[in-house]
Amino acid sequence: MTVTTRTVSANRDAVRARASALHPGAWWVWALALGVAASRTRNPLLLALLIGVSAYVVMACRTDAPWARSYGAFVKLGLLVLGIRLVFSLVFGTAIPGTHLLFRLPEVPLPDWARGIRLGGPVYLEEVLFSLHDGLRLATLLVCMGAANALADPSRLLKALPAALYEVGVAVVVATTFAPHLIADVLRLRAARRLRGRPDRGVRGLLQVGLPVLEGALERSVALAAAMDARGYGRTAAVPPAVRRTTAALTLGGLLGIAAGSYGLLSAVGGVYGLPLLLAGTAAALAGMWLGGRRTPRTRYRPERWGPRAWLVAGSGVAVAVLTVVAAAYDPSALDPPVTPPAAPVLPLWPAAAVLLGLLPAFLAPHVPAPTGKDRRP
Amino acid sequence: MIRFEEVSVTYEGTAGPAVRGLDFEIPEGELALLVGPSGVGKSTVLGAVNGLVPHFTGGTLRGRVTVAGRDTRTHRPRELADVVGTVGQDPAAHFVTETVEDELAYGMESLGLAPDVMRRRVEETLDLLGLADLRERPVATLSGGQRQRVAIGSVLTPHPRVLVLDEPTSALDPAAAEEVLSVLQRLVHDLGTTVLMAEHRLERVVHYADRVLLLPGPGEAPVVGAPAEVMAASPVFPPVVELGRLAGWSPLPLTVRDARRRADALRERLFDADDTPAPAPAAPAVTALPVLPAPEPERRRWWRPRRGPAEAPAADVTAGTVTAGGVTGARDGGSTAGAVAAAAPVPAVVDRLVVRRGAVEALRAVSLTVPPGETVALMGRNGAGKSTLLSALAGLVEPASGAVLVCGAVPHRTRPRDLVRRVGLVPQEPRDLLYADTVAAECAAADRDAGAEPGTCRALVTELLPGIADSTHPRDLSEGQRLTLALAVVLTARPPLLLLDEPTRGLDYAAKTRLVGHLRRLAGQGHAVVLATHDVELAAELAHRVVMLADGEVVADGPTAEVVLALPAYAPQVTKVLAPQRWLTVRQVREALA
Repeated sequence: MTVTTRTVSANRDAVRARASALHPGAWWVWALALGVAASRTRNPLLLALLIGVSAYVVMACRTDAPWARSYGAFVKLGLLVLGIRLVFSLVFGTAIPGTHLLFRLPEVPLPDWARGIRLGGPVYLEEVLFSLHDGLRLATLLVCMGAANALADPSRLLKALPAALYEVGVAVVVATTFAPHLIADVLRLRAARRLRGRPDRGVRGLLQVGLPVLEGALERSVALAAAMDARGYGRTAAVPPAVRRTTAALTLGGLLGIAAGSYGLLSAVGGVYGLPLLLAGTAAALAGMWLGGRRTPRTRYRPERWGPRAWLVAGSGVAVAVLTVVAAAYDPSALDPPVTPPAAPVLPLWPAAAVLLGLLPAFLAPHVPAPTGKDRRP
Repeated sequence: MIRFEEVSVTYEGTAGPAVRGLDFEIPEGELALLVGPSGVGKSTVLGAVNGLVPHFTGGTLRGRVTVAGRDTRTHRPRELADVVGTVGQDPAAHFVTETVEDELAYGMESLGLAPDVMRRRVEETLDLLGLADLRERPVATLSGGQRQRVAIGSVLTPHPRVLVLDEPTSALDPAAAEEVLSVLQRLVHDLGTTVLMAEHRLERVVHYADRVLLLPGPGEAPVVGAPAEVMAASPVFPPVVELGRLAGWSPLPLTVRDARRRADALRERLFDADDTPAPAPAAPAVTALPVLPAPEPERRRWWRPRRGPAEAPAADVTAGTVTAGGVTGARDGGSTAGAVAAAAPVPAVVDRLVVRRGAVEALRAVSLTVPPGETVALMGRNGAGKSTLLSALAGLVEPASGAVLVCGAVPHRTRPRDLVRRVGLVPQEPRDLLYADTVAAECAAADRDAGAEPGTCRALVTELLPGIADSTHPRDLSEGQRLTLALAVVLTARPPLLLLDEPTRGLDYAAKTRLVGHLRRLAGQGHAVVLATHDVELAAELAHRVVMLADGEVVADGPTAEVVLALPAYAPQVTKVLAPQRWLTVRQVREALA
């Protein structure tokens, strides 16, 4: 405090970082839209382009926060999925007719009742190609999810929930931090095993620390619950009984309406009353939720605003999705190239240009400076 | 402000009440200190103030507790959240959100304060606690002292009228502790906040207190009064009070300043005595320790390349034995150079060690040699690299460059089974070392792990910790007992090098005295002891040598007296009172007077 000037100047970056942070919803819309685009194509070049776009934006915009490291984990998960998809198609075969025999796996004869299932046997180039393309599509979807996770703090997204759902949101956030804590505990206790002169590797080492880890996790949860209670979690404001009853009636009635309406829509009999009932039910439930929010006196600290940048980021993603969907309808063979006969994939020009629109956030979104690491005690 | 009327608390399944006969009032704007040995129910009293006892913990509370006129029987903790702010012993367990700034705002959000008020108070609190540079940091990445400050800040923002703190400074280095305490004092003075805190390290806090509540023993009635009065008869007291009692000063001084003003006569009496503190360790009985076979390299998985032999190259071993002083000879202080000539390899040689944690260099070119029988205290700020150095010696982290030799073996490449006979580490949380569900099972496992005679560990436990039943669950032991059990487990393998990380956290003075006794005896038997600690009084009692770390570098290394005299923040109270004479502990003064 004595060296105010330095504190303030060092501080300005951090203040700006938070003030200009993009609404997490924008990132999720962008990433989900890229995912939609990925789900519409099996063209490996387009898919690779999508992955490249998401990776570039993540590298350009992510912060130093722990959740920002999740992108790498999702990429690995995507590779795993791709591998599993490939192995399955090799072992079980696919419905793709093939002519280019690659090699022949030993076939396991199956009894009559399992007809239609094949184990091993000939492997054709076409089915390998098909499963590669299909696996890549799944992997791309996962990578897009990873991008959303890396760019937007999931707990900030939950902050945007309506007040009535806030407490559920906190419970979810606390639950999501449970796993990282658990992993940290396992690592610490395995290190401690070494101090006892036991090997710190291997499955046995993992099993023996299981109980202490769970005990520790339970204790921490209880301590956290106590701390949250003491800090006012779950405080309720006094609301008149009439409002309370109205809330209950609206919510309950709304849910019943939604249930009956959806039944009506899906079944053949209630085609007439289905839709209106569903709409009325939704409206009642929303009103109930809004009223229920009055029971929680909570306020929000510096909620992210949905500004023009958020519109542009979300919009760029949506544009990619829409253009890809249109392209898929217009020229299906370019986006889903046939594998029979096998041919090198061709990059369709216009859909590729559309995918490149997804790069926009890398230039639009504010560059977030890394949080200053030094603790400069004044 | 806080009023206890004939309060007693009984937990389920226990014979007697945990606390009884609590009848006192703490007026607004006072700083009250709750003291007493471990296990007398201090945490229960603190919990009763914010209503967690009995609403959250269960049990029966008789009598009445009122805070700011609200009865805790009819008000649940969340309904007291706007008047009472509580920080528990472990600040990490207190955090709900992920970043510092959100954490500071959380309490206010729950209370429904207006956004502009919240914004103002967050900025104010960031400045008050010096947290402004950390505002965007995830709480998981903070150091111990930073966490403590964030936890205090997070309960300050709703402007509670009462603050309840359980051991707010025990995890902090002296400077950070001073900072937290001065913030508390500012709150008491400027805002009229009422503070009730429990703390074992009385030397840090007792002079800030307006009133002391002493719980002398489990289930005994509390003593409430002015600090000096209560300290006169208290079973727990800081060194300055002990010195005052020894010198017969009345009223008892609570601060170094008061004591210094009365210390003239004492200084004169001590004038002729030999004030050379921290005698060099006696020639160690190295023979008492087993001769170690050469370690086998750790078995690696076939896909991992072997990183080299576990046994250091012969030249290195010689360097470790014969020229042990040579590595850090200049800093060795000459105190032990003669003692090292024995044939056994030196317990610990660290040579230009660099350890990286991520992109950060946790240790930079640290060199250190610990001969047998010497006790070294590692001191320095939170996050200075003390624990990392201990981890490197115990083989838990791999050096980026430089060398570590523990009794001639490279710790991170030695098989754990061989390593335990060379080095033992009692971690910051001794519970991490204990897996079994009874003391007896723990001891049996320790014998097996160490390859010792069955019954070795149990004999150690009986010696260090008399009166512990075989069937006790380690979780039910007190903090000090658990530490001693972990110490016994580690000592079962009789490692020549013993490492302790922050051993006095949560220990009362009696437990600390016992620990000092054990460690001194071990050093006498030839064990080299390295302890990382913030507790300057412990270092003064125990250490022959103090190594000061800052930002991963050694900034001071020398005999305890020289180092602590040069650094006022790290000087023990007795030294400050009797300067320029060079006394470190009350024990030395008592022996000199006798």
